[in-house]
Amino acid sequence: MKWRFLEEKIFRAVMIIATSLTALILILIIGTVVVKGFKALKLEMIFRLPQGGYYFGREGGILNSIIGSLQLAGGATILAFFFSLPIVFYLNYFSKSKSIWPTLIRFSLDVLWGVPSIVYGAFGFLLMTWFGWTASLLLGIITLALLEIPIMSRAMDEVLKLVPPDLLEASFSLGATKFETAWKVVIRQALPGILTAILIAFGRAIGDAASVLLTAGYTDNITTSLFQPVASLPLAIFFQLGTPYPEVQQRAYAAAIILTLIILLISYLSRRITRRYAKHLVF
Amino acid sequence: MSLIIGRPHISLKNLNVYYGHLQVLKNITLDIPDRQITVIIGPSGCGKTTLLKTLNRLLDSVEGVRVEGRVLVDGEDIYSPGVEVTRIRKKMGLLSQRPQVLPMSIYDNVAYGPRIHGLKNKQQLDQIVERYLRIAGLWDEVKDRLSEPASRLSLGQQQRLCLARGLAVEPEIILGDEPTSALDPQSSQNVEKCLLSLKSQYTVLLVTHILRQARRIADYIVFLYLGEIVEHGPAQEVLNNPRDPRTKAYLSGEIS
Repeated sequence: MKWRFLEEKIFRAVMIIATSLTALILILIIGTVVVKGFKALKLEMIFRLPQGGYYFGREGGILNSIIGSLQLAGGATILAFFFSLPIVFYLNYFSKSKSIWPTLIRFSLDVLWGVPSIVYGAFGFLLMTWFGWTASLLLGIITLALLEIPIMSRAMDEVLKLVPPDLLEASFSLGATKFETAWKVVIRQALPGILTAILIAFGRAIGDAASVLLTAGYTDNITTSLFQPVASLPLAIFFQLGTPYPEVQQRAYAAAIILTLIILLISYLSRRITRRYAKHLVF
Repeated sequence: MSLIIGRPHISLKNLNVYYGHLQVLKNITLDIPDRQITVIIGPSGCGKTTLLKTLNRLLDSVEGVRVEGRVLVDGEDIYSPGVEVTRIRKKMGLLSQRPQVLPMSIYDNVAYGPRIHGLKNKQQLDQIVERYLRIAGLWDEVKDRLSEPASRLSLGQQQRLCLARGLAVEPEIILGDEPTSALDPQSSQNVEKCLLSLKSQYTVLLVTHILRQARRIADYIVFLYLGEIVEHGPAQEVLNNPRDPRTKAYLSGEIS
């Protein structure tokens, strides 16, 4: 047999092995979580707050953590979006072509993307001690937003690079300014990608334990003020796994199932919304 | 004989354009007649598109470009400092090589220009959309599906939509950069018909590499070769009795 065909066969085998190994690991992780947590997964968990003795395996649920996580990640995502959008507009349309800033900013964002989240947590903690604040929802949101900005803006940046220059010219030639073009044409064209970027950032924030550990605190109640501590699912999982009681550990896995479901649901919804707008895309 | 009836609409005076060290347009001096179809012909890479983009300052956004000389539109130098680029561009509708519809509905494509220039009245917008879709010969084909995505139209329809969109900002000049090159013969004919019917009200400046198209619609011809104007004049004169040997060679197909 000719080497070219053998090469093709080998490469095909490598592709299949790599893909199926990854899929297998994913299935194992989700499988473990589901098997271990399924017994503890009751409606009570989603609709009730922790009751007395919850951490010893008694009554209650993790409503506080579910709502807290949505507050934290939702707030951080909105905050991060209001920073990321101007950043990518600047990088792609408003920077001077010979300026060194875009390169520097992209490099810094890439570095920040790789910074471990505990470092963001430590930075938030530092802010807290400097200003004499206490752990709160607001500080958690700020810290998570810092974690999200590099992810969101670099992901959106890559999307905006794909918007065809001819489309911009079409808008400019009608007398539109750069901002009008970016706001009314580019955002529409890049919407699916922008939503994906937001989603990736949201997913990262809602699943992160280290940055909220020191900054957002924890509470058994639902937080109604930006200045109170707030519970979160990753920390709920972390605390419950750390107990020596098997029933409580089971609940940690149940909480993990809920966290996964939330991400799945939001991912599904945003895709549905994207599809409604995607019909207008010109490519 | 360089015959121009009436005043020129656009005047280029000693225009030089450089991409870095490469000079793309060399000392172009040219008057473009008002309300006629001027066609720029020449082999690919001779600077036709650059010349067109110099006029509406789309060249501004290209890296490393330097423009010297003067471009007068209605007697105003559009490269003098303090000139609002958006106002200059509003004066000129552009048809590009491939129709470039905006990612929105048919209606919104036409209404986009008027809207960014401040028109909000729904009734007036409706009128504008209908008027210019009719002028572009597209109204009957799309009147029942104005809210559909423009990207669902055929290429020929998209190009006429682009024409309607350009006209809706009420320009004085229509620039066309080989606007039929991506279209089938029937659609090309439709676009040409549109342009012919528009020249009573607009100055049309068209770049093409299709000689037959130039013969069909040009009033005035400019032959551009390697960044220089070799010859220009009324269409019949240049096409039938070219004076320069290079023009002769191009018209007979020896240079392409």
